[in-house]
Amino acid sequence: MSLVLDMALCALILGVGLATVAGHGVFRAVIFFITYGLLLAIGWARLGAYDVALAEAAISAGLTGVLLLAAHGRLRRLRAAEEAPLRPNLPAALVATGIALALGWAWFALPDPTAPDLTAALPQSGVGNPVTAVLLNFRAWDTLLEAIILLAALIGLWMLARDRAWDNPLGLRYHARAGGVMASFGRVLPPIGLIFGIYLVWAGAEMTGGAFQGGTVLAAVCLVSIMADVLPAPRIAQPAWRLALVFGPGVFLLSGVAGAVFAQGFLALPPELAKPAIVTIEAALTLSIAVTLVLLVIGPPDEGGQDA
Amino acid sequence: MNLTVFALTGAALVGLGVYGLIARVHMLRRIMAFNLIGSGLFLFFGAAGARGVGLDPIPQALIITGIVVALSASALAVGLVVALARSSGTACLPDEAGDT
Repeated sequence: MSLVLDMALCALILGVGLATVAGHGVFRAVIFFITYGLLLAIGWARLGAYDVALAEAAISAGLTGVLLLAAHGRLRRLRAAEEAPLRPNLPAALVATGIALALGWAWFALPDPTAPDLTAALPQSGVGNPVTAVLLNFRAWDTLLEAIILLAALIGLWMLARDRAWDNPLGLRYHARAGGVMASFGRVLPPIGLIFGIYLVWAGAEMTGGAFQGGTVLAAVCLVSIMADVLPAPRIAQPAWRLALVFGPGVFLLSGVAGAVFAQGFLALPPELAKPAIVTIEAALTLSIAVTLVLLVIGPPDEGGQDA
Repeated sequence: MNLTVFALTGAALVGLGVYGLIARVHMLRRIMAFNLIGSGLFLFFGAAGARGVGLDPIPQALIITGIVVALSASALAVGLVVALARSSGTACLPDEAGDT
């Protein structure tokens, strides 16, 4: 029974993925892409990887969806959202089939896993969720550099702004019609999302959740508020936003240096201090992740009505 | 058996993404195709990490890192596409705009 369910789910994922690539119209492809992300999140839940399922639904389907929809809106204003229908491309089809078949072959040729068992080391990490233990303790390097990649991408994005637009509010102007869906959603959803996002971060220490998932929910709250005109759109020059951007990586780096001075090495956490340290780093990191994601999704400052 | 279904789906998604990345000329399509490749690989990797006894948390943590990095790369790519459209009036690469 569960095999039939999984096969039906995978067929749906592939069908929606095919519609994203081969369907007609860029806007429709974006909608299919969002659906694809949600179906894939169900797939992750079926695999038992609930932390990944949350990240997939919140980041891949949610935030990437908003990003692509806003991009489509901007391209339409620039009259660049149209495209010619897909023409069959035989060499591309051969390359794609070859890569897919090679990956399929690799699956059956893979040796059985002999991964180290983490359950023995888990009590040392200070948290009960093994994924959080890997992200913030055993492989903290990856997470630190990931936070810095987010910042680098944001700086790259801001480099694309025109000089005369530098002081403008970031992103597109949104006008929420008074009494409309967006205006009421913008007031109803944020409090719920705020509680849910903070809960995800706190719960992430012991069960499903974590700084990235929680931060993404908080970013979504912030985006909805900006789109509904409840919050003013941020500007690059505002010091509070800049401080929020570097706060998380800064706390993370400082704790890493403290580990190098007082414990075994850079980013090493002594077991008795691990839990408070991880919770502190996660709280700071969540703030910075949320702010960075908001600024990444709303994009560089807009030139107002000039490019309409 | 169920893991094989997910792994082969991942492999097929990578193929779909590669096809879209080459055959579609609109750059927003290419960003989506690139994301399909990424998520297909994550699915393959996740299924591989779920073999044996229980779920291995290390691949899961790496996949979450990958998802976040994919979003930041997509955001930068979207910014570049909008800048391209602003300066050239089209969201296709110059040498491919004629093929559309």
